[in-house]
Amino acid sequence: MSLRGRAAGRRPLLGGRGLQIFTWLVIAWLLLPIAVMILFGFNDTQGRYNTAWQGFTLKWYGKLFEIGDLTEALVNSLLIALLTMVVAGVLGSLIGLALGRYRFRGSGTTNVVMFAAIACAEIVMGASLLSLFVTLAVPLGFWTIMISHVMFSISFVAVTVRARVMTLDRSLEEAARDLGAGTWTTFRLVTLPMIFPGVLAGSMLAFALSIDDFVITNFTAGGTVTFPLWIWGSTRVGIPPQVNIMGTLIFAGGVLIAVVNALMARRRG
Amino acid sequence: MSRRLRTALTPYALIFPGGIWLAIFFVVPMVVMLSLSLQSGSVEDGYAFTWNWHSYVDGLTNYHDQIIRSVIYGLSSTVIQIVIGFPVAYWIAFKGGRRKSVYLFLLLLPFLVSFVLRTISWQFLLSDNGMLLGPLKGIGLLPEDFRVLATPYAVIGGLAYNFLPFMVLPMYVALERIDPRVLEAAQDLYASRFQTFLRVVLPLSLPGVFAGVLMTFVPATSDYVNASVLGGTNTTMIGNVIQNQYLITQDYPTASALSFTLMALLLVGIFAYARALGTEDVLEVAAR
Amino acid sequence: MNDPSRQDLAFLRGMTGRRLGRRDALRLSGLSAAGLALAACGVQGKSVAQPTSSAQVESEVDKYWSGKTKNGHVDFVNWPLYMDPKLPELKEFTERTGITVNYKEAIQETTSWYAKIQPQLAAGQSIGYDVMIVTNSVQLTQLIKLGYLVPLDHAQLPNFAKNVGERYKSQSFDPGNVFTVPYASGMTGIAYNPKYVDTPPTSYSALWDPKYKGKVGMMADSQEIANFAMFLLGIDPAKSTQADWEKAAEKLKEQRDSGIVRKYYDQSYIDPLAKGDIWITQAWSGDIFQKNLSDGTDLKFVIPDEGATIWTDNFMIPKTAVNPVDAIMMIDFFYEPAIAASLAEYINYVTPVPAAKDIIVEKAAKATGEDKKTLDMIAGSPLVFPSEDDYAKLRTYVTFANSEEHKKFESVFQPITTS
Repeated sequence: MSLRGRAAGRRPLLGGRGLQIFTWLVIAWLLLPIAVMILFGFNDTQGRYNTAWQGFTLKWYGKLFEIGDLTEALVNSLLIALLTMVVAGVLGSLIGLALGRYRFRGSGTTNVVMFAAIACAEIVMGASLLSLFVTLAVPLGFWTIMISHVMFSISFVAVTVRARVMTLDRSLEEAARDLGAGTWTTFRLVTLPMIFPGVLAGSMLAFALSIDDFVITNFTAGGTVTFPLWIWGSTRVGIPPQVNIMGTLIFAGGVLIAVVNALMARRRG
Repeated sequence: MSRRLRTALTPYALIFPGGIWLAIFFVVPMVVMLSLSLQSGSVEDGYAFTWNWHSYVDGLTNYHDQIIRSVIYGLSSTVIQIVIGFPVAYWIAFKGGRRKSVYLFLLLLPFLVSFVLRTISWQFLLSDNGMLLGPLKGIGLLPEDFRVLATPYAVIGGLAYNFLPFMVLPMYVALERIDPRVLEAAQDLYASRFQTFLRVVLPLSLPGVFAGVLMTFVPATSDYVNASVLGGTNTTMIGNVIQNQYLITQDYPTASALSFTLMALLLVGIFAYARALGTEDVLEVAAR
Repeated sequence: MNDPSRQDLAFLRGMTGRRLGRRDALRLSGLSAAGLALAACGVQGKSVAQPTSSAQVESEVDKYWSGKTKNGHVDFVNWPLYMDPKLPELKEFTERTGITVNYKEAIQETTSWYAKIQPQLAAGQSIGYDVMIVTNSVQLTQLIKLGYLVPLDHAQLPNFAKNVGERYKSQSFDPGNVFTVPYASGMTGIAYNPKYVDTPPTSYSALWDPKYKGKVGMMADSQEIANFAMFLLGIDPAKSTQADWEKAAEKLKEQRDSGIVRKYYDQSYIDPLAKGDIWITQAWSGDIFQKNLSDGTDLKFVIPDEGATIWTDNFMIPKTAVNPVDAIMMIDFFYEPAIAASLAEYINYVTPVPAAKDIIVEKAAKATGEDKKTLDMIAGSPLVFPSEDDYAKLRTYVTFANSEEHKKFESVFQPITTS
């Protein structure tokens, strides 16, 4: 990677300024709706309908948790995302480790299933889960949401971890074993620290996928409301500024984690 | 237990918990849904398995327009994403320099905001007299009755917007992997820049484009959020119909027949596609 | 062939047979065998016999309520923004009775709400709520027919008996309030934005007027669009026949295909109306009132000359409720005139408690400035306190004899909105 990066001095290919401007325009296009979302969290509206700009205010930040339902929906979303992160993180990492490290009968099938789970249309997964829950008469709610989120996150975690495992040097583990470390000790002291960046990346991906999911959740939620579901419901009567702020805070949190992560990586590298 | 046996069993032990989860909540539901699509009955009286193929016949007769429309919208948005995304991926891969990761980060930023919220934000922006169209109408650049919302263009645009990063990333990965020495070799052999692009860069980037198509075509075709937020009349997609049949009308057999049709359509296509390319490769690109 | 288990085996063989040769697919099928076994069970559901005489109702009531006691808590589910978010009424209830209320606004549509709770009710499981608000609709009739609702013990509803308006005691969907009592009512009429619409519409034909091409909002609900087309054709929805539906559907298709309709909305027509995306639309009365009050917009709502439909949102207790006694206490609390007034002030829908008007008038007399203006407006609004003349123009929804008829109705109207 670094070798290729350094080869930047080669003769320029097609494109130049025009492409650069185009790229920035595309980035602007991608970020425009987010900018609007952030901006309207500062809108000094009188009522709960946040549609026209009426001046700058911070008052909504003070009233962030005034809508009990919305707060609870956000808490639900965060709880489910955390649980999904942990459960899918562990289960997915184990699969990723197995696929990246071992050759065994059945790895093909596992790959096919995971690929299908990644490629499958969300609405089909949601619909089929609802079919299952309805047939078994399972009460829909928090736990069915969690189950479905873990289901669609596992494959993403596994693929991420597998990619990391495949780049690892096996000789380190062999060295550990030669030095008399047992299987568990080797795993804990050598393997885990080496694959940990992959596990972390995969788990964070699972968190992000979970907190954003609308389509599958809509099928498996029953009466339980998550953040995206609440937003969807509130479009009927107007989205209150609190939604913009919560969106802004989640966004800011994500940016913060990404930046810290990048800085730490730079320090390590 | 001998060490060899233990080593042989380890991968199965590792796969077991997650595998069971996927089996119970991904594979089994598909079969249950297939079964449900062949049942008949009503909500009050319950449904029973009767080999009722009519749900498929009815579903396809009543909703073939929506299925075809979904494929057209999905394809259009995918093409738009390639046209917009390729130059971006190309520029970042070759000209991004040290700030490559910054550009990629910016491209990924939208994913930190809920998909629903972003789409609703577009609805707000594109309003007939809103922030974008209002001023243009004010100075007479657009006719008074011009609108974007509630048209197929808004839906396709929304789909292209929402899934664009999924298209750019794999293309970027493929382009980034191109060994500069290959390009140098082409130029040493007196290929013009354009020829180098056409004969070397483009073919080498194709796996990325394929992976991008895979990542975006499926969600775009099966989406219903964009059509319901940004669409109007005659823009209903098959996803809207399925969601409606499941969650509102509660006509489970028709709903499952339609989802199964959609899944078969998409999955069979993709498996063929992935087979042709090799599953491993596509997954790897997708993982990045 | 009649043995279901044998059918399933055949089905399994068929599936694996067709794909034989693909090892992976075979394994997937193996995994799925368990799924098949349970898929064969089908989806449960069963309607129950309805009580036909008042004596039967009484015995049902006794059977249900005997031995039930107060638990000190109630879970209440409602529609978004259907109560002041500070929940003053519920706080007062807790203060007075010590019963805590967990209030959620999780119902977004009658149909989707029904679809959410039906499987749980069918399985006899708690839906997590003791009180819910459901509009009179096919779904409400289903809830009653399937025996999912608790027969209300009117001995525990003294405020209701004393204060509710007479017309609410004999509603066609639940005569005698066996299972439901009204929360609030509203009308479906025409709303318009006077900035764009100069002449106030007086007829449903305004929604078919080509000069509003692309600026007309219609609802996605089959009943609502059907009603409007039927009013236009001079048909009373409550007495309509299948032939009438076909005619109405033609009218609606014509309206859609000439590009007059911009979109079929759920309740989300309010924002586009205020923003000018749509100029004229089907609308629910309270929505427009709330929007004007909270946002200072000047939207108008009219009940056309042909008449309009009135619907009622109702309190009910699902059969699987955990705290029915607390639930019925809370329901009755809402029929105290002061509480009803406080609620109506905020939501601006028709209150079932006529005495609430006097309280609002009294309050207005004491208030000053902006508050007084608002209270006067509410007390005088035909949308909160309709007059007898207003009521005379109102009709109810189409009622269906059975689910077959409803299916037929949906198959006529649903293709219009899901085009």
